[in-house]
Amino acid sequence: MTRSSLLGQRALALGIGMASIAVSLLLTALIILAVGASPLEVFNKVTEGIGLTPTGLDMVRFSGVVNFWIPLMFVCTGLLVTFTAGLWNIGVEGQMMFGAVCATWVAQEVFLPTVVQVPLEMLAAALGGAFWAALTGLLKTRGGVHEIFGGVAMNNLANIFSIYLISGPWGNQGGQATPPFRQETLLLPMSSEFRVSAVALILMAVVFGGIFLALSGTRWGLELKAQGHSQRSALLLGVPVERNVLLAMALCGFMAGLAGSVRVLFTYGNLRPLVSGGIGFLGLLVVLLTGTRALWAPPIAFFFAAILGGSTRLKIALQLDQSLAGVVQGILVLMVILANGVRGRLRGRHPAQAPEPSASLEAEEAAIHG
Amino acid sequence: MSVEVRHIHKTFGAVHANDDISLTFADGRIYGILGENGAGKSTLMKILSGFYLADSGQILIDGRLVHYDTPRGAIEVGIGMLAQDPLDVGPLTVLENFVYGQPVGPLPDWQAARRRFAELAERLGFRLEPDMPVERLSIGQRQELEIIRLLALGVRVLILDEPTTGISAEQKSVLFASLQRLAREDGLTILFVSHKLEDVLELCDEVAVLRLGRLVGTAVMPVTTGELVAMMFGQALAPPSRRAATPGDTVLEVQDLFMASERVVMRDCQVCVRAGEVVGLAGLDGSGQQLLTRACVGLARPLGGRVLINGVDMTGRPYRDFLAAGVSFGAAGRLEEGLVAGLTLAEHFILTDAGQGWWIDRERGRQIAEERIAHYRIMGRPDSPIETLSGGNQQRVLMALIPPAPRLLVLEHPTRGLDVESARWIWEQILARCAAGTAVMFTSADLDELVTYSDRILVFYAGQVTEVPDARSVTVDELGHLIGGQRVGEEAGR
Repeated sequence: MTRSSLLGQRALALGIGMASIAVSLLLTALIILAVGASPLEVFNKVTEGIGLTPTGLDMVRFSGVVNFWIPLMFVCTGLLVTFTAGLWNIGVEGQMMFGAVCATWVAQEVFLPTVVQVPLEMLAAALGGAFWAALTGLLKTRGGVHEIFGGVAMNNLANIFSIYLISGPWGNQGGQATPPFRQETLLLPMSSEFRVSAVALILMAVVFGGIFLALSGTRWGLELKAQGHSQRSALLLGVPVERNVLLAMALCGFMAGLAGSVRVLFTYGNLRPLVSGGIGFLGLLVVLLTGTRALWAPPIAFFFAAILGGSTRLKIALQLDQSLAGVVQGILVLMVILANGVRGRLRGRHPAQAPEPSASLEAEEAAIHG
Repeated sequence: MSVEVRHIHKTFGAVHANDDISLTFADGRIYGILGENGAGKSTLMKILSGFYLADSGQILIDGRLVHYDTPRGAIEVGIGMLAQDPLDVGPLTVLENFVYGQPVGPLPDWQAARRRFAELAERLGFRLEPDMPVERLSIGQRQELEIIRLLALGVRVLILDEPTTGISAEQKSVLFASLQRLAREDGLTILFVSHKLEDVLELCDEVAVLRLGRLVGTAVMPVTTGELVAMMFGQALAPPSRRAATPGDTVLEVQDLFMASERVVMRDCQVCVRAGEVVGLAGLDGSGQQLLTRACVGLARPLGGRVLINGVDMTGRPYRDFLAAGVSFGAAGRLEEGLVAGLTLAEHFILTDAGQGWWIDRERGRQIAEERIAHYRIMGRPDSPIETLSGGNQQRVLMALIPPAPRLLVLEHPTRGLDVESARWIWEQILARCAAGTAVMFTSADLDELVTYSDRILVFYAGQVTEVPDARSVTVDELGHLIGGQRVGEEAGR
């Protein structure tokens, strides 16, 4: 390819990307107008909600966004592994819940100094999540159950199991949640202003960095990439496909478990139903958008966290439902996926023969093969 | 309907697949499009049939400029292509596949469709059962279905890409007769893409030869094979030399193998392949050869019997154990089984390089890729995605991925879809490994290939195996009759 045509393609890709963002902003504005509010007002409230005020950064509100971002990033990190391996780990939500259950068990039953107690809780959560994911992996490799269906089932099981614990053995009178954990079992904020757990933040950065290097630099990462594109060919090239499926699932479950532990040990301070709060599914969306370009995950995840965090202000200030944030997300995701498809077409080939299948095509394929 | 292409250009990455190609095809004539693998034939045909959009250039139909960028658009202007792998839907019946793709409403008129189908099949001499599920048809029958479907869509220019690969001799003669009728009687323009010179000589009225993306010449029949080869390669080729077989120890031993697929049951199959020996597996597709090759590399589990590699019982062990035991396998489908679309050339070599540690040494990977690219004369760069390479170059990569001296090399259709030069070159590589003591077992639909390169041939017919102990003593004709189910010694001149 000549230099100029390469530049031309870059410019085209950038242009389409910008256009897709512009279109989604426009659509969002139209929807806001349709429900009878002012888009500019909404924008102001959202930026206020994430802590951007005319007088400067409101640290308390900003830390709310970061606290949503941390578990989301744990989940995204794990999903990058399964996505690279061509696996649709829908069960990530249940893996978070089961991790949270395991952390809760340690928090309630083990009494040790904080420096040992908290790491032990997080480790239990991570191993629990890994176990839950490995079950879905085993269902796939041994039982021939597609991971999407296995994952949906395991999500339900984890949810029902946690509800049983909350309303039964672990519950207090109301049955809405477990009693609050003891102070020594919790992750603590850095300061009263910046209410973010340093341990969780640092751990998240380390884990993300580690996975990024493992995927981009190791033989194992390349094996995952190969089987993600073609499991059959990878097998014939000597890749231990089945083992890698289990490993990738378990590793993703490990991260999901960590995310679950942050939710119970920091966000809530106890176990409650649907403790995962949809973060797992949101993580799937983020990874769907980034594809295997891992470095895009942190900013995109942060962006989503900001929209969600900011939108909590909408109800109070403008009597708008918070679910508007979900609508904005949906439009954005659709537009980006659409942009991928358009780019594929403009490359002058039939979309189905473009070298990088767009995420939407892969999703379709996964659904069909299930 | 006449078709003209003017100054067609198409690039894929660094490869100029079509470089300023201008050709005219008149109606009522059959054109052979010749060229070695990677010459740009398929690209040109895919542009004509709307799968690709040319970077620049024009297509004219009856002197009128046309534009389209989808296969549907091509069919609307009257150009239809029969792909190498027919585009049909397995579980549906022949008739359903015929109706599917036709411009019909939500409630098709099945009776009319059935009549129209029978009419077309009759006229072309195709024997197709309309209610048979397509997955039970042979490749040749699926091609016949596809031709009928395209004709019903009103196609006036029919493009066939390597249609004689994987079909029987009878099916080929039926196909050729019907193509000639379509050209002579109905005035269709037929473009016949092939690397098989004898097919082109038999069928075509004119040929166009491409080399390295450029049109190197056209000729009106009759021309000689030598002239065509000279045009394709710039030189005439001598057939590769046969070496004398000096078999060593038994590497592969198959005892009383019992296997079954949907199409065939194979019982009591006995095979023995020794070091330095080439054993060819002949037979129509689905006669049991693939069951054997898959069982011998651990990709299919036998129902009974044993598979021994170097005297060790490997029956039912996974593929990776066979790899560890020194078995190498080259499957028939390149991008489906063997190469990973989405990975670069260098990444393929890194994956199969035992010298790579846990942490990838990209520089080492790039160097090895460059060495292999040079040694195996692959047209591509270390960072080329594998799917951008032509079929022949993909086959070369597969060969380059096979370790230098495996104990046993099992190959399915090692030269399927390759031109004479590439096929000859692939066999040089196989024979070099053989001379170093590798035992080779391969399947092929090409009788010449089987007779030329095998020491012994096993003929599969409906799961039954007949051995030809000395491949040198058998002729292509005799082998053809064995494949058709006649036993050795029976009258071969029926």
